[in-house]
Amino acid sequence: MPTAGYEPWSAERASQIIASHQHMAGATMPILHAIQEAFGFVPDPVVPMIAETLNLSRAEVYGVVTFYHDFRREPPGRHVIKLCAAEACQAMGCQGLADYAEEKLGIQMGETTPDGRVTLEPIYCLGLCACAPSALIDGRLVGRLDRDTIDELVAEAGR
Amino acid sequence: MSVVRIYVPNDAAAVACGADRVAHAFADAFAARGTLVDIVRNGSRGLFWLEPLVEVETPAGRVGYGPVKASDVEGLLAAGMLDGAPHPLCVGLVEEIPYLKRQTRLTFARCGIIDPLSLTDYRAHSGYKGLERALTLGPAAIVEEVFQSGLRGRGGAGFPTGIKWRTVAATQADQKYIVCNADEGDSGTFADRLIMEADPFCIIEGMTIAGIAVGATKGYVYCRSEYPLSILVMEKAIAKARQAGLLGKNIAGSSYDFDLEMRMGAGAYVCGEETALLDSLEGKRGVVRAKPPLPALKGLFGKPTVINNLISLATVPVILEKGGNFYRDFGMGRSRGTMPIQLAGNIKYGGLFETAFGISLGELVNDIGGGTASGRPVKAVQAGGPLGAYLPVSQFDTPFDYEAFAAKDALIGHGGIVVFDDTVDMAHMARFAMEFCAHESCGKCTPCRIGSTRGVETLDKIIAGQRREANLAILTDLCQTMKLGSLCALGGFTPYPVISALTHFPEDFGAAPKLPAAAE
Ligand SMILES: Cc1cc2nc3c(=O)[nH]c(=O)nc-3n(C[C@H](O)[C@H](O)[C@H](O)COP(=O)(O)O)c2cc1C
Ligand code: SF4
Ligand code: FES
Repeated sequence: MPTAGYEPWSAERASQIIASHQHMAGATMPILHAIQEAFGFVPDPVVPMIAETLNLSRAEVYGVVTFYHDFRREPPGRHVIKLCAAEACQAMGCQGLADYAEEKLGIQMGETTPDGRVTLEPIYCLGLCACAPSALIDGRLVGRLDRDTIDELVAEAGR
Repeated sequence: MSVVRIYVPNDAAAVACGADRVAHAFADAFAARGTLVDIVRNGSRGLFWLEPLVEVETPAGRVGYGPVKASDVEGLLAAGMLDGAPHPLCVGLVEEIPYLKRQTRLTFARCGIIDPLSLTDYRAHSGYKGLERALTLGPAAIVEEVFQSGLRGRGGAGFPTGIKWRTVAATQADQKYIVCNADEGDSGTFADRLIMEADPFCIIEGMTIAGIAVGATKGYVYCRSEYPLSILVMEKAIAKARQAGLLGKNIAGSSYDFDLEMRMGAGAYVCGEETALLDSLEGKRGVVRAKPPLPALKGLFGKPTVINNLISLATVPVILEKGGNFYRDFGMGRSRGTMPIQLAGNIKYGGLFETAFGISLGELVNDIGGGTASGRPVKAVQAGGPLGAYLPVSQFDTPFDYEAFAAKDALIGHGGIVVFDDTVDMAHMARFAMEFCAHESCGKCTPCRIGSTRGVETLDKIIAGQRREANLAILTDLCQTMKLGSLCALGGFTPYPVISALTHFPEDFGAAPKLPAAAE
């Protein structure tokens, strides 16, 4: 099931993406970012494709995918809510907001709602620390986050 | 003929507080009225409690209104905002706001003032004067000028930039690189982000000068993925500079070549560490490399590489323009020049405050930052990011200076200051430091990889009151092992927040409160 805004998996499309980046020095990361941007995650079949093109072992590519927190190996929910969990946001009560969001959505941090609607994740600092607490919702930055904002977000995600 | 000009910041924090909606509301309002107004999306001045801060150009200067919501727009226009008229949101002439007026802006001089993507604007505000002078000086003299300035790396370690450049300049190689470290993973820091979004050409100019100085023709800016807006602005600026002949072959008509590329991290804090960053750029896992060899000798793709923090590089243009001695005359002791201090967390006036080294911590938090946002007493501040110490109010007389902080077992790091009020539980913060280290460890060495997880467990026991004394002894021993046995500062410095929390706030760990020492 493709997630909203992402293309369904296609090996042909993946090959195109890999080919258009393979000339770059140290191309692995740019390729993985482009793949995730297209499909919403890094599907397993892409790993051997990248390995072959860049003349790397599968283990090396797999190692890169799993090392970085950004890369997903499963499709995310249709909406992704990332709440900042770092110190400046903690000083402004982000923990309480995270608990509130978990309760409202009925899931824990790092999980996706069973209907595939929302994924809730921690993120460590968005550089909005002077407007804490903050969040990144489907790529949109939100500062001075409060419970009302979370209510709105959850309602939005429900649509 | 003379079109009114207003400024609405296109800065991530301003946008996060609604700046895009405000810009749209203004555009709609002007369209409905048929008024011709030029809406410039500038960067932020760094006065974040006022964001979105809308400025209007008037004969008297730029008048500010903030924080503006989209719903305020009609009222502002009705009040005569375009003429700088009074309104409850009016903050007067922006240049006269004390927070801004008290600063010494050298590196951030143009931030918030210019259109970030206008080369004309950039040049009109001394942009590319540094490169111009660098071209007349030549490589060896550029390096000397940076050495003379006393500039120390602003990324955290404070290593003299001139010495780093000398090493790379003196190394023979067919290819050398300039790498700009824009990973800025520390909580409480946003200076790199702010400058990328407010004055991107300054970074490009600084890297170009670095390239000429050491003989590097290729540069990379490695920016964390958490900064999508910064990456967008930088990419546009790089394209514009290339179009104008300021990147690529024969920079500005000279015999030097230099080109730049943006690269994006993927959510790994450790990739801010310079050698992990290089591995990541090479397309590998961001694992820390043992030194030697130094990146200056064997860096990116095995070639001599200058890797500098973004602020270090963005400070180079002003040093070249005004001279190393001019820059060195600011500051105290061995901390020369200015530092962009970032006030964040539970603070009334959070923002960027660039000032010469030497200002006291208390002055920063209380006088400039206005104390806590919650109105409760300050309990602790964490300086220098997640690897930095927690300082109690009793240490607020510490001057902002590399050595003075080190003497208190604390760090300046990237200049972030995170304020906490009296509701903070310091045992919880110590546990978080260990947990963060466990989450972000690159896994190369045991004290960090295993020790951080054991640290979380031990702190859990202490917090639960299990065999407190014995577990505190284990924790202290573990911190010592991590400090001495870790390959990089992630494992090596995590003990700073942990031990400082324990030392200054023992009552949060279940002990009797520390009696105020007579000498204090
Ligand atoms: C775990 C860790 C994270 C770091 N993160 C950053 C960072 O985000 N930005 C940065 O400039 N330096 C960071 N550093 C410091 C770099 O390793 C290095 O000292 C710096 O990029 C050198 O540039 P400078 O001399 O201009 O400061 C980090 C170091 C460690 C150990
Ligand atoms: S201290 Fe931690 S992050 Fe640093 S090299 Fe060792 S395992 Fe890696
Ligand atoms: S700590 Fe949350 S945005 Fe920086």
